[in-house]
Amino acid sequence: MNMPKKNKQAALINIAALSILLGIVAYLGFTRALSSYIVGIFWLSCIGIIMATSLNLTNGFLGQMALGHAGFMLIGSYSSALLSLAMVRAGVLAGGGAQQLARFIICLIFSGLLAGLFGILVGIPALRLRGDYLAIITLGFGEIIRVVIQGIPWAGGDGLSQGSASPVLFKTGLGFNNATKSHYMFFVGLVTVLCVSVIYTFIRSRFGRAIISIRDDEIASSASGIDITFYKVTTFAFSAVFAGIAGSIFAACYSSLNTGNMGFMASVNYFVMVVFGGMGSITGSIVAAIGLTSLNEALRSFDEYRMLVYSIVLIFMMIFRPAGLLGTYEFSLAKTVSYLRGPGAKSKKKKEVQA
Amino acid sequence: METGTMLCTDRETPLIKVSHLGITFGGLRAVNDFSLEMGENELVGLIGPNGAGKTTVFNLLTGVYTPSEGDYYFCGQRMNGRKTHEIVQSGIARTFQNIRLFSKMTVLDNVKVAMNPHYEYNVFAAMLRTGKYWASEAENDKKSRELLEIFNLQDKADAVAENLPYGQQRKLEIARALATDMKLLLLDEPAAGMNPTETEELLECIRIIRQRFNISILLIEHDMSLVMKICERIIVIDYGTTIARGTPEEISQDPRVIAAYLGTDD
Repeated sequence: MNMPKKNKQAALINIAALSILLGIVAYLGFTRALSSYIVGIFWLSCIGIIMATSLNLTNGFLGQMALGHAGFMLIGSYSSALLSLAMVRAGVLAGGGAQQLARFIICLIFSGLLAGLFGILVGIPALRLRGDYLAIITLGFGEIIRVVIQGIPWAGGDGLSQGSASPVLFKTGLGFNNATKSHYMFFVGLVTVLCVSVIYTFIRSRFGRAIISIRDDEIASSASGIDITFYKVTTFAFSAVFAGIAGSIFAACYSSLNTGNMGFMASVNYFVMVVFGGMGSITGSIVAAIGLTSLNEALRSFDEYRMLVYSIVLIFMMIFRPAGLLGTYEFSLAKTVSYLRGPGAKSKKKKEVQA
Repeated sequence: METGTMLCTDRETPLIKVSHLGITFGGLRAVNDFSLEMGENELVGLIGPNGAGKTTVFNLLTGVYTPSEGDYYFCGQRMNGRKTHEIVQSGIARTFQNIRLFSKMTVLDNVKVAMNPHYEYNVFAAMLRTGKYWASEAENDKKSRELLEIFNLQDKADAVAENLPYGQQRKLEIARALATDMKLLLLDEPAAGMNPTETEELLECIRIIRQRFNISILLIEHDMSLVMKICERIIVIDYGTTIARGTPEEISQDPRVIAAYLGTDD
């Protein structure tokens, strides 16, 4: 392997830490130590993390204001709900246990690919625009997806041949109960870790540099040989893939789906997470996703006032900390470890702050 | 860093051949009948009063605008209507009149962006961090640092680009253009806003890169002493039309050039 020793060490530390974390989650999940309320928050946090980090790709790193992310999530959730329903009704992998897991994995992959495909289709016309115009058109596309799904007969009611055009899909082939959700915590955590890792390694590669250069200066970027249109559409579609995967997890989380849950407000919700955590900080997106999801659940009874609180918080944010909670700072476990080992440690470096 | 394989091995073909290039914006003819031929390792100056259309020529050559008439060939290939990034990848790179760096990225990353096509791994290798990823990253990291060394920027490699002093930002922009592995460099007023010391350094820099990378340079400049010092040939344009071409001595005595710059009596 050509991996430098320092990076190898860092990778080992990260893998070890994540394994311990996932081990704890697995233990808690399989022993059913947590209440279904906490398990629900865990699932929603995972969905929030995937949605916020992937939206950060377009909004934070590529620098394009996209506001229709929940639309891709909607595609992901409905496609996996209907696919799994079709599988159950056809008797393919219809059982529980391992068969259920296999069905879930197939749905995750399928919904990711489908959402990615729609990402390309939406991205090609939409990304010709910039700034507010792009925000409005992506918002529009998100709503179009929602309205179209509401109008498809087989995507509502009891689904497929028993369906009717309706905003609610009462039956999904996934729809895990509380016990299953608890058991699957480990798996959902793993999927989240994989998604975030892939996004992170993507950003720290030549592709990530190309994307960030587009954010900084489009003209200079194309004058440096970067194919702007290609990178914009690819990144947009790439982030849509993860929204599709998040949607698939969402479909597994509830026994029925309602398009209203993934409309404009949901897009804004994930957008707030990105802005709150810091545009261009994956760590920030993760922290904000967990924080805001938990807060939402804690403040369920004040639901109507949520948007009011959000807007006030955002206004203060823009005034006092316009770059978001963490700016573009990324937490690095390896660096923290070497920092904690004290000034004697050879590889001690000042914390990586990419201002 | 060595220059890549030269496309124009054929000595008969000029590096760039521009014939009767022109562009019209609405009713305005910004550039009219612009012709140019440059061989390898030549340094040509493009001068003219403000608003004469010099930068427009650059924008035409780099594909920002599509010419309304005329053709231009680079290494024998017709370049009309190609996209900017394609033109850059085939070997024409430029700098900007008002510096355009990736201001929030580090100095090193600025150069690495321009090296993007030289990286040899695909998106899956990037996400899985395969051996190819590490090898290619290490190789290009080394190349980028070597390039920064030429411009004496190696100590600033990890600094954020926007924090560099003005003169070094100019240099970084040239370094970034060089990183695209080009054969023709278009410099748009590189000495603008520089003090005499910085200008002198820049001159030295241009000499070095021209020798070391065996490239041709087309230079827009207002600083006449700089132009006269380093250019072998000069083209003067005014109101989009070429009014004179020749050696620096010929140009400095050409009555039309003097008229364009200083005005005439009548």
